[in-house]
Amino acid sequence: MKPKIYINGISSISAQNLDFEENPVSYHKTIFPAISPNYKEFIKPMALRRMSKAIKMGITSAKVALNEAKIVNPDAIITGTGEGCKQDTERFLENLIDQDEELLSPTSFIQSTHNTIGGQIALNLGCKNYNVTYTQNSASLESALLDAEMQLLETSEKKSVLVGGVDELSEKITQFRALDGQLKSIDIHNLDLLKEDSPGTITSEGSHFFTLSTEKNNKSYAEFKGVSIKNSIQPEKINDEVEIFLNRNNINAAAIDVVILGNNGDNRCDHYYKNLQQNLFKNTAQLAYKHLVGDYDTVSGFALYSACKILKSRRISSILKLNTSKPKELKNILIYNQYLGRDHSLILLSAV
Amino acid sequence: MNRGVAVTGMGIISAIGNNTDANYRSLLSSESGISFPEILKTTHKNIPVGEIKISNRSLAESLELPKDHSFTRAALLGSIAVKEALEQSKININAETGFISGTSVGGIDETENHFKEFTEGKTKNNRFIRSQHPGFTTEKIAEHFGITGFVSTISTACSSGANAIMMGARMIKAGKLKRVIVGGTDCLTKFTLNGFNSLMILSEEHCRSFDENRNGLNLGEGAAYLVLEAEEELKGKTVLGRIMGYGNANDAFHQTASSENGEGAFLAMHQALKISNLSSGKIDYINAHGTATKNNDLSESRAIRRLFGENVPHFSSTKAFTGHSLAAAGALEAVYSLISLNKQQMFPNLNFFRAMSETELQPITELKEKKLNFILSNSFGFGGNCTSLIFAKDEA
Repeated sequence: MKPKIYINGISSISAQNLDFEENPVSYHKTIFPAISPNYKEFIKPMALRRMSKAIKMGITSAKVALNEAKIVNPDAIITGTGEGCKQDTERFLENLIDQDEELLSPTSFIQSTHNTIGGQIALNLGCKNYNVTYTQNSASLESALLDAEMQLLETSEKKSVLVGGVDELSEKITQFRALDGQLKSIDIHNLDLLKEDSPGTITSEGSHFFTLSTEKNNKSYAEFKGVSIKNSIQPEKINDEVEIFLNRNNINAAAIDVVILGNNGDNRCDHYYKNLQQNLFKNTAQLAYKHLVGDYDTVSGFALYSACKILKSRRISSILKLNTSKPKELKNILIYNQYLGRDHSLILLSAV
Repeated sequence: MNRGVAVTGMGIISAIGNNTDANYRSLLSSESGISFPEILKTTHKNIPVGEIKISNRSLAESLELPKDHSFTRAALLGSIAVKEALEQSKININAETGFISGTSVGGIDETENHFKEFTEGKTKNNRFIRSQHPGFTTEKIAEHFGITGFVSTISTACSSGANAIMMGARMIKAGKLKRVIVGGTDCLTKFTLNGFNSLMILSEEHCRSFDENRNGLNLGEGAAYLVLEAEEELKGKTVLGRIMGYGNANDAFHQTASSENGEGAFLAMHQALKISNLSSGKIDYINAHGTATKNNDLSESRAIRRLFGENVPHFSSTKAFTGHSLAAAGALEAVYSLISLNKQQMFPNLNFFRAMSETELQPITELKEKKLNFILSNSFGFGGNCTSLIFAKDEA
């Protein structure tokens, strides 16, 4: 029989405080940064000085997720990042242009590669095991989760995998999003995002790591049932596609207690979510989260983190709710995300 | 029995040719593709590179793209290679066809072209705003061939292409896909050329992999893809070779440098043998990473010595032909390994004169024929990412 996979450790760094239910942080901007934890608790000051925010957030949240699961050295480290180390990329690129390709310092180039975060986590832990980084836009974390699932099921040798998603803001490249309509044309209040009927969204940064394991413990958050990625889906086919995924996992839509959707207030593409809200999941409790943390490539990590919290605490924060449907029980949660109509993903979790 | 995963198509474009046959002809005649940059608009005119002498415009024309296309050079090169691979394998693209592409910098060539205008708020070329995301380049290629299902990108610097091949093989084995196109693409950019230059690891001459007096790498560009198919899909099709094993490990030593004893490389090769269920004595030839930097070649040589002891198989690096094409390197060299298996020939390590004193390893320096059943191919990258693949002859 196929072994089960459990989520035994989780962590989140985002633009919200962890007690966002009582005190949601409000922004009146289209771009807002993540709230930094005290990195010094996790990274030596000397090393910290050289690190971009993506690396700091990545190492810190990786360590929290491992500590929670009481894992020192995972059997694999799998990272998803849409844009990688954008701050160092931008710095090197600007220097290159400004200095006309002369007298460049290699520091930012060294730290610009997309696998720097995964590599630095390995270096920090002294972990020589499997290490891969996925960079598929909004399906980056999901690609990493798929690989993690396979790592744990391929052989019985691997017991725990660290998997996570990280993306950071940078001063200029993030701002480019305003030029091709990815951002709202005027500043809005993030908490009102889902009331918007206009193109574009709001963006931010963050890091979410998870320790997946084939062994359950008394602190396990959830059972990880499966993940699916599809690059493009015709708008009218979205209900069918979700049903295909559910069938493959031997479950039907009625058994989904909560669906977490990626609505981002962009009226060009939110129809994918609205179609599911009005059809397949009409009577299901529907949640959304991008009004709290913005939209960026690996933001679905916040959805996965929230789903784990819901399944363990058996309660749902009202600030996430899109409708008034009350789930009879809290057993199965489905997460659906896409960005600009591409890189669709589904993640299915169950209570342990 | 482990028969590995079948390869039914391959395509390649590199500094030594625009397709598999052209690459093979250059390998046969020891014709290097290293030259000075002409297409890449850089001030470093005297740094040798493995450049494909075809402009973006000509590449776009040969793919019949509209004038206002948003293909990065890596997407253009990638599409040329995928096209050849698909023509050979004759697969139908449907929902169960996946695409996994490795790229290190993706479309940063377009970001560097337009960075200034974007900073100034100009929107004329805003279709390239997302080109800095590696997934953007992958998606352009997927779109071009109508691939709508599983599409993903791996970016582990110079081992990206090899990791993409490994992930594809694993997905076929796990029954997640029936067929998948895997490989990598990277083009020459000012970003990478200046990056490696600032690290002072670019040679001013043709690179000399594994030589005592090697003094750095030549950067290259290219793309290569394989079509992998599940056993039940083959239906008597010609199988070009099989992916028998793969190994991935992290050196966990330094962000850019490899460890003295080549720990990550050793672990990756060891793992690949284990997955293949082969003893080290079964490896007939190694297509080494061999970038010709002081650090890589010593580290890789030590790892090879540790694994094979006194019985090191024939090995060579083909980097002096193509330059180091970063994420594409593992994919280019996968195609060369498959050519080697089919022709039963090993290609020379150019510009080698004297073995390095530390390991005394001697690569093959001229074309050699030999019975080849199993070939090991290495790809190592920044971030400590080390990957090894083992290719087998179909009937081996």
